[in-house]
Amino acid sequence: MSVLNLTAVSLGKKIQAGELSAVEATQEVLAQVERVEKDVHSYVSYDGEAALKRAKEVQQLIDEKKLTHPLAGVPVAIKDNMCTKGVTTTCSSKILSNFVPPYSSTAVEKLEAAGAIMIGKTNMDEFAMGSTTETSAYGITRNPWNLDHVPGGSSGGSCAAVAANEAIYALGSDTGGSIRQPSSFCGVTGIKPTYGTVSRFGLIAYGSSLDQIGPVAKDVRDCATILSTISGYDSKDSTSIKREDYDFNQYLGQDIKGLRIGVPKGYFKEGLDKEVADHVLSLAKTLEAQGAVVEEFDLSLVEYAIPAYYVIADAEASSNLERFDGVKYGYRAKEYNGLHDMIKKSRSQGFGPEVKRRIMLGSFVLSSGYYDAYYLKALRTKALIVKAFDEAFAKYDVILAPAAPTTAPKIGSSLADPIKMYLGDIYTISVNLAGLPGITVPVGKDKNGLPIGAQLIGNRFREDVLFKAAYAYEQTKTYEMCDLAQKGVN
Amino acid sequence: MAKQYETVIGLEVHVELATKTKIFCGCSTAFGGDPNTHTCPVCTGMPGSLPVLNKKVVEYAMAVGLATNCTITQDCKFDRKNYFYPDNPQNYQISQLYLPICRDGHVTIETANGPKDIRIHEIHMEEDAGKLVHDDFTDSSYVDYNRSGVPLIEIVSEPDMRSAEEVIAYLDALRMAVQYLGASDCKLQEGSMRADVNLSVREVGSSEFGTRTETKNLNSFKAIARCIANETERQIDLIEAGEKVVQETRRWDDNKEYSYAMRSKEDAQDYRYFPDPDLVPIHISDEWIEQIKQDQPELRPEKKKRYMEEYCLPEYDANILTGVKHLADLFESVVDFGKKPKEVSNWLMGDTMRLVKEKEMELEEIDFDAKHLASLIDLIEAGTINRTAAREVFEHIFEENIDPVAYVEEHGLKQDNNEEGLRSIVSEVVKNNPKSVEDYHAGKTKALGFLVGQTMKASKGKANPALVNKLIMELLTK
Repeated sequence: MSVLNLTAVSLGKKIQAGELSAVEATQEVLAQVERVEKDVHSYVSYDGEAALKRAKEVQQLIDEKKLTHPLAGVPVAIKDNMCTKGVTTTCSSKILSNFVPPYSSTAVEKLEAAGAIMIGKTNMDEFAMGSTTETSAYGITRNPWNLDHVPGGSSGGSCAAVAANEAIYALGSDTGGSIRQPSSFCGVTGIKPTYGTVSRFGLIAYGSSLDQIGPVAKDVRDCATILSTISGYDSKDSTSIKREDYDFNQYLGQDIKGLRIGVPKGYFKEGLDKEVADHVLSLAKTLEAQGAVVEEFDLSLVEYAIPAYYVIADAEASSNLERFDGVKYGYRAKEYNGLHDMIKKSRSQGFGPEVKRRIMLGSFVLSSGYYDAYYLKALRTKALIVKAFDEAFAKYDVILAPAAPTTAPKIGSSLADPIKMYLGDIYTISVNLAGLPGITVPVGKDKNGLPIGAQLIGNRFREDVLFKAAYAYEQTKTYEMCDLAQKGVN
Repeated sequence: MAKQYETVIGLEVHVELATKTKIFCGCSTAFGGDPNTHTCPVCTGMPGSLPVLNKKVVEYAMAVGLATNCTITQDCKFDRKNYFYPDNPQNYQISQLYLPICRDGHVTIETANGPKDIRIHEIHMEEDAGKLVHDDFTDSSYVDYNRSGVPLIEIVSEPDMRSAEEVIAYLDALRMAVQYLGASDCKLQEGSMRADVNLSVREVGSSEFGTRTETKNLNSFKAIARCIANETERQIDLIEAGEKVVQETRRWDDNKEYSYAMRSKEDAQDYRYFPDPDLVPIHISDEWIEQIKQDQPELRPEKKKRYMEEYCLPEYDANILTGVKHLADLFESVVDFGKKPKEVSNWLMGDTMRLVKEKEMELEEIDFDAKHLASLIDLIEAGTINRTAAREVFEHIFEENIDPVAYVEEHGLKQDNNEEGLRSIVSEVVKNNPKSVEDYHAGKTKALGFLVGQTMKASKGKANPALVNKLIMELLTK
């Protein structure tokens, strides 16, 4: 059986059992990368030699019984906005083209301690700003299901890599849907945990109050295992939260009888593709058959989520991205006249148009005279959205929503109309504003064969409900791979 | 008749806190060090690095706030002040705008017209920036981030001061409070205390404020006094000439003793302040405030009062001894050995001050053990040495921190109390100075002193002066 048919947990088991070695697993994944990377372009950079060297070291430790973690020896792809010690970390931006961090992000460190084999750094929208992975300075990533379509974004590279078997699993980050939307477009499972669950240390910030790292994988069990590995309180991140549960595997297989599922009526009206709506609602029917209680309700303030999100995220981004000035690291303009000209030119040449647009928007909403009208108002809206969710979770254990209004759009069709692209985030961003966990699971395909994902949203710290429900649903299905992913599968 | 003007001054005082580590990372705050050796990803603004607040900074800020009668903001937070300059590695400074940690305090100063309260508008916490080093030779600039992230508090006063004297009295009171708390060494020259002067003038009797300027880069009390005189005159001249004072930031040049405009209000930057999302709001509980209050040391005004009441010291002594915490600490340590406060005070205010002055030292540099001065006082009281010898011994204590008992023994400085021996010296002196004896009998009591002096000299300074006095009297009145 090919390594590429396996989930991370099942591969890890075989490696522990000695049926396969970490080196063999890595070789197979690298061979698949060689076959499909030129078409998909999931990676900004990858290093087969380093991965194999690491695989040998990890296998040695496994042989010595020093590494028994379920993910030991399993190849992983890391989104290029997470710092990796000694490995170039670009955020898919020209401005960080030469940035080699002297430290690793906490999430990556935890995976390394578990014996993960990093294949490479995945492509993304520049600084995670975008929904298509088309704003990368290093070329677009294509959807492995149909190369004419985008993989979604901003974690498009991570989701495409998993869907195309260029990695067994991946880490993504989610500021406004950047894990859940591309997971939907690529037919994989991805979870954004409750804000504060995974340390942000070493994650290059976009919107600090919204960013969370999360797993992208082939199934719910993988996501639970990966999240259990990368989560935890981190004294290096002040927004990190001490939780009571960090073992998410315990919730898999729990009975869902009586689970109360809320379906926000407003989410399934105009603007949502009919095929997407039908498939998403089919998840509710499946769980209903298992004893869940499904009910429609009004989730208020939906229409205010997008403006509030873009004000807050862009305000934070405009400040977070100030450190990229060509002075200390990263790209510096070749010709300049004095200090301020150097900073101006380096930033003008180093950032792409979408990043510049958001820096300008963010700077505007924070400027004196506009702060109250925009930024403060957005914060108040955010507080009201939190309240609306609190009210919903008093009645329901989980909320069912689409992850995106459509399936993956064609390459080149989104960037021309940024407002339309921003509106595509409608089902995901309020989850970030409220700091909630959300998981996307594949529920089917549209008539063009493009995957559709459904999103389950839980209350803060209630990943248990998400894992329980998603796993129960998943038991009724089999993981479907795209043709391209099966290229190398015997 | 010429118009009468009044100067209105408010201060923004930055104080570098004495924490061992920086405000948002574990790097050392030690002054100096090779460039960029006290740095890490956080204080150099590396991508993905995150700030974590040093609790000690909050405690020092609270302590200063309580010492200056402020209200503590029990839910406070940090804001980002955004501006591009390379000494600031993130290109934003983490500071406090919306909810500063302390508000509405005051400091009482002494003026010619009696005590006066200078109100404090707020105290906020923030991080210091790095330093730009310009290399003229290669025509390039370098950045040293060792100072980046060193904790600061900024103490903002209300415009309550009316003269350079009041400003200096206020700064002195602040400095004293902060030093007593151990929150900072407050050295203006080294930049651990920096003051920006906001100044305007108005006609006496006017209730409106004039247009103010802010002057930066003042690193001594002298510079502050000069700047105030200079700026007051400049503004009055402008008004008298029918021109307007421009609201602007000025920079003091200490060599030229002149300030020049840096930027006007029109060029003022929009700092786009907003709450730092990387840091969580700080909640300060009643218990925490209580704890800080309990740990608060005795501050100068109380200490001065206690010295006068408990130790019966004159105000003059109390004032000088409490003027520098180090000196007060030394004084109390010696007194704790059971020595008479006035006697200890005399040694510190007399010989100690003289030696400090001679050696051009700072009072903080006094470095001898309290127990040595205590033993010296014992030696005098026991009559083991006389005052002349004691002063000599003290110089060695001051300079080399020697043990006076051993020193007196080794150098044979013990006072000579041998009556028989001294009597023969006295007889010799009286015999050799018949003129003085004659003078004494003629009523010139001064002659007695001369004879005592001669005897002391003949005994190589060791004779007990009281005994010598007695023996001479005996001889002369025989």
